Amino acid sequence: MDVKCRKIGRCLVVTLSGEMDHHSASAARRQIDGAFHAEGAQHIIFDCHPLAFMDSAGLGLVMGRYRTAASLGGKVALACVSRQLDRIFTMAGIYRIVQKAPSVEAAVQLLEGGHA
Amino acid sequence: MHATQNLSDFIEATFSSRSENEALARVIVSAFAARLDPTLEELDDVRTAVSEAVTNAIVHGYRGGLGQVHMRCELQQRTLTIAVEDEGVGIADVEQAMQPLYTSRPEEERSGMGFTMMQAFMDKLSVESKPGCGTKVVMCKSFRVPQDDATNPEPDSSGQTGGHEEP
Ligand SMILES: Nc1ncnc2c1ncn2[C@@H]1O[C@H](COP(=O)(O)OP(=O)(O)O)[C@@H](O)[C@H]1O
Ligand SMILES: [Mg+2]
Repeated sequence: MDVKCRKIGRCLVVTLSGEMDHHSASAARRQIDGAFHAEGAQHIIFDCHPLAFMDSAGLGLVMGRYRTAASLGGKVALACVSRQLDRIFTMAGIYRIVQKAPSVEAAVQLLEGGHA
Repeated sequence: MHATQNLSDFIEATFSSRSENEALARVIVSAFAARLDPTLEELDDVRTAVSEAVTNAIVHGYRGGLGQVHMRCELQQRTLTIAVEDEGVGIADVEQAMQPLYTSRPEEERSGMGFTMMQAFMDKLSVESKPGCGTKVVMCKSFRVPQDDATNPEPDSSGQTGGHEEP
């Protein structure tokens, strides 16, 4: 699995590609938390477009990053969620705490909107 | 040679409880299920369920230590049965373990959704476990029969016109 982080405004955009399971989640977690603090970001956007597979380890990762961001008054959004990912996120009730957007740009709008 | 009556189509794999083998187990079940001409959704379902069961054997059964994980995939007509077994610590209260969001290791960012996902993505799930002896998870899924799509006639059917003729 490959993780790439970049900053747009106050959002850390995390692009996940490949397969997210328990094996790959711990390195991903370290990388995301490192970038979140190094960049001084407030919100986290997961770009799930190139993500080919995810199991419940991905749910744990997203919930954990939600807690990290929320503790600093930030929010989390999920962009480009595939049908299979959507089933998993819905099953876990994730959309009660994080928002879903059709694209990264829409997710930035969602999280930064109203703070020009 | 052994008698072959009732010998079903199956594959068995035994592997060490290294987390790299979570991906390997998914590859094995995907390749085995390919003969059913599954839909992408069916394939996603079994890969996810296997990933959950094998991960549980590795992280909970053996608590990250070394042990053996056994996986058996068996096909009867279009029903795939997958058994994942470990000789790890076992589960004292299976009913509690299967509750959505229940995890015995919240400090590790587990979601507690593993059993719930196995249940949702497969038709049947059973869990047998004995503390100190290990855990066996058996799950089944019936794959749908591929439709001969009547709206999409064979290229060689009579009266066909257009530019898709084979030489
Ligand atoms: N193979 C196993 N061996 C021992 N305990 C297990 C096993 N599989 C599951 N469990 C127990 O069941 C609980 C729930 O499992 P699951 O629904 O996959 O959630 P999670 O893995 O996120 O904790 C685990 O926290 C663990 O206590
Ligand atoms: Mg689990």
